[in-house]
Order: sequence, then C-alpha cells, then structure tokens
Amino acid sequence: MSFILDNVSYRYSEKTAYEITALDHVNLQIDDGEFIGVIGHTGSGKSTLIQHLNGLLKATEGTIYFNGQDIYEEDYDLRDLRMQVGMVFQYPEHQLFEETVFKDVCFGPKNQGLPEKDVTLRAYEALQNVGLPEKYFDVSPFELSGGQKRRAAIAGVIAMKPQVLILDEPTAGLDPKGRDEILDMIADMHARYGNTVILVSHSMEDVAKYVDRIIVMDHGHVKFDDAPRQVFHHYKELEEIGLAAPQVTYLMHEMKEKGMDVSTEATTVDEAKEAILRLIG
Amino acid sequence: MGIIEAKDLVHEYIIRDEEGNVESIRTALDHMDLSVEAGQFIAVLGHNGSGKSTFAKHLNALLTPSEGTLIVDGMDVSDESLTYDIRQEAGMVFQNPDNQIIASVVQEDVGFGPENIGVPTEEIWERVEKSLKAVGMWQYREHSPNKLSGGQKQRVAIAGVMAMEPKCIILDEPTAMLDPNGRKEVLEAVHALNREKGVTIILITHYMEEVVDADYVYVMDQGKVVLEGNPRGIFSQVETLKEHRLDVPQITLLAHELQKAGLAIPDGILTREELIDALQKVADKRK
Repeated sequence: MSFILDNVSYRYSEKTAYEITALDHVNLQIDDGEFIGVIGHTGSGKSTLIQHLNGLLKATEGTIYFNGQDIYEEDYDLRDLRMQVGMVFQYPEHQLFEETVFKDVCFGPKNQGLPEKDVTLRAYEALQNVGLPEKYFDVSPFELSGGQKRRAAIAGVIAMKPQVLILDEPTAGLDPKGRDEILDMIADMHARYGNTVILVSHSMEDVAKYVDRIIVMDHGHVKFDDAPRQVFHHYKELEEIGLAAPQVTYLMHEMKEKGMDVSTEATTVDEAKEAILRLIG
Repeated sequence: MGIIEAKDLVHEYIIRDEEGNVESIRTALDHMDLSVEAGQFIAVLGHNGSGKSTFAKHLNALLTPSEGTLIVDGMDVSDESLTYDIRQEAGMVFQNPDNQIIASVVQEDVGFGPENIGVPTEEIWERVEKSLKAVGMWQYREHSPNKLSGGQKQRVAIAGVMAMEPKCIILDEPTAMLDPNGRKEVLEAVHALNREKGVTIILITHYMEEVVDADYVYVMDQGKVVLEGNPRGIFSQVETLKEHRLDVPQITLLAHELQKAGLAIPDGILTREELIDALQKVADKRK
C-alpha cells in the first residue's frame, strides 16, 4: 500500500476573499506497483493533487498516509517522503543546471547522502534506463535536443530510485516519436522495477494505451476512478468536463449507432482493430 | 506571387566559445523552398529539431536568412528597414500562453499592440472588440487573464495578434500545453479567422489530428521540406511519416492497420465518417 488519502481537502488562500477549493474531500487508495493516469481539464485539481503526494502542499483538511504512516504527524520526516516519491514536473528540462549531463543526474543521489561510488553508479544506471547514449554524458545539458533534455531530466529523478514516480505531462511539446519513446521507457521501467507510476496527461490516447487505472479529476473531486475501458465508457460525461475519449472509442460507438454489431469497449488502436476484425475479418 | 515565398532559404546557428571564436555551425534550414497563397490554411509538421520553429521565426523577421530569400507580403525579411512592417503583417503566437500576456485585464492586453503602433484610441477599442469577438472571448474582456484557462489565454493571445490586423498569423505549437477542450477552442478560433476574415494561417503542430482540415501540409526534416501535399496525400504515407519521427491521426492508423490485415479500405482515411463508410462497404460485400 503506497498511499491512502483520507478526506483530503485543499483550499488556496484560505479565509481570504480569494479562497479557492482545489481539492474537495478526496478519498483515494494507491497501491504498490500500480500504473495510474490522472486526467482532468486545466484547473480541475490534478496538479494540486499530485503536489500533496510528496508533501509540497499540505492538506487544509484530512490526512495522507504513506506506507501506513500519517505524513502530517509532527515527527514524520518529509525529506524522506520526497526521496521516496519522485516528481518530474512539466518541462523538467528547465531545471537542468549542471555543467554536464552526468553531473546533473548525480545531484539527486548526492543529496540523498549516498557514497560517491553509489552516486556514480545510480547516475549511470538512470541514464541507461532513459536511453541516453554515453556520448552525451559529458556534454552540457543545454547542447541536447528537446527530447534528450527531457530524458536527462527524468534520469535525474529516477536516479534517486523513488518508490513512487510522478510525472506531470512528461511528453508536452515532444514530437510523436519522442512522445512514444518517453512513454515506452516509463512503461518499460515500470515493468522491470514494479514501482508505482502516476502519469498526469492531457492525451486520452496515451493514457488509454499505457495505464491500468485512470483517476478523473473535476472541480477538486474524483469524478471517475476505474480501468480505462470503464472510464472512457462515460465519454459523454467526460466531454461535459472538458475531456474526451480516444478517437477509436468514438468510432466504435458510432459504428454501433449505424447498426454494426461491434463491441464499444476499445480504447486503443489494437483493441479497435481486433473488435472490427472480429465483426468483418 | 504568393503571400509567403521562400527560395533556397538557409539559416545557420553559429556556436561560439568564450573568446568569440566559431566553435561549430549548425544548419537549421537547408535550402528550403516553400510558397503559400494568401488565404490558405497551412500546416507544418516535423520532429523536434527539424527546423520548423527556425522557419517560423523568419516569417516575422525574428531571425533573418543566412542565405537565400524569404518574401513576406512582397517584403524581403533580410531588409532591416522593413522589419516592423513585416511584423505587422505576420503575427506570431507561441506555445506557452503565460509568456505572451502582459496586461492585467484582457481587453488591455489585446489593445497593447495597436496602441504601440500609434493607432488612434477610438480605433484601438474597435479593433479590440472585433478581435475578441472573432475568438469568442468578448464576454471575458474585463477579466484578469490569470483566471482564464489555457485555451482561453491562448485565444486572448491570438486576439492580441488579430488586433494588429495582420494578413498572416503563424502559430508555433499553440496547443502543446492545453487540455482537449482548450485544443478544440483554439483550433476552432483559428479556423474561423481563416474562413471569415481570410487570414492566412501557418500552423506548426505535433498533433496530427489538427492537420486534417488544413489546405496544404509541409513536412520538414533536417531543415528541408521533405513532403508536401494535401492532408489526405500526406497521411496516406504512414511508413514514410514514421521515418520522419511523425505519426498519423489515430483513425488513419487504425484504417492502415485494418488494410494491412486484408480489409479493402482505401488509403488516406482521415475521419471517423470516412472509416465507417469504408467498413460498411466491406461488410456489405461480405453479405
């Protein structure tokens, strides 16, 4: 069990005229090894939610348990929580700062107080995991391309070997190949290490393809929390809250309306292909 | 002659060391040719680093060519005396809405551009009204931009460009940071400007779905135009696009996969309606 959120509410600028409720009595359980997608329109509370998970924001109400411990207890070590819960922010390449890619990736594990040898090993392993070729290790991060910079920045977080990895729109601004490469890499690491991964995304297609469970945020509430297939079944309600289903899900529903007896459950190209071939193969 | 004519356009980024000596030269645009007719809706695709943004920055003289020529509305972008005239005809919208809004009230932000070029006050307000109405943001004119969603902010940024009454608007990945609704709002606003005001649109994007309704598509790689044509022609070439690190819309990909699996589906399916029609024909034949 990684996280339990018990009745968590968060209000920005509490008790002022500008008070905004960003999270409204959220109850969630996130288990070890899950691969979760968080979707919601801008301002739905998804960023606020993930910032609670590593203690960047403190709930105004309710509490959060990490591995069975209340993170708001006085003697709880938030520093330790932040080591365990790695956060890759939007456009993480803006946070690259060291002289070389390798030094930049070393920064996290070094801060954890690991011996130098382990730091080097961790950085090496992380850079390999994100698929950055060795010839780039000693160059300035600013000489890398957009996709490479993004990888280097993600390596900096996974070098700390967090138990939970949270990524806030890790593919924004990348070209389609770069997008697939980053997501494949995250899925591959998840499969190998079994860490918990929480992916915040605006791409319904990507979420449908990769995650096992989707949490839909709307006005600070959890609107849906289920497997992609079940969540995208509610495509009309998703549209009402500024989201959508993957294109293929719409296609299946429209085929059904036209009298073709096809299953409407598909959320990925492969699933749609199978369903259509079952009907007219 | 078209509104935009690029001929043998070359741009080199020169990287210098601390003493100012040339360390290396990177060719971002490599003898690029392109021609756009006034009133067209053009999409430019290409992977990160393919030269799209470098090209875009030439269109309003943020960068000037190292070699070759680029003519925008009859003006040579290399001619420094024309820089400000070019920027009025070719307005630019960037990726991050938060970096483009400067005023604390929506309508003042939109009025900033025309005020800067000395448009009389009365006309400024006329332009602000026209522009905000064109992007569907008129009812938000007295709001603070802080409280708007990403899609709304981007539409305000577009209105700000519109208020300069340009003939051409260049949008460099305007939807990369937006949620699905925001993307839809921005695309609809841009199409409306093109359709109703006749503004020439150059849309740079990584979302293949946004390209489907364009008049013409250019695909760039290594600073060159490697493919061009209408969306249907471009998206028929699934494998070629993948070689250029690109993709096709999800529906086109599904049609392509079904075709590979032996169904008689034509090339270049772009929309759900087209695919359903094709599938119904296949199903009817089987009966």
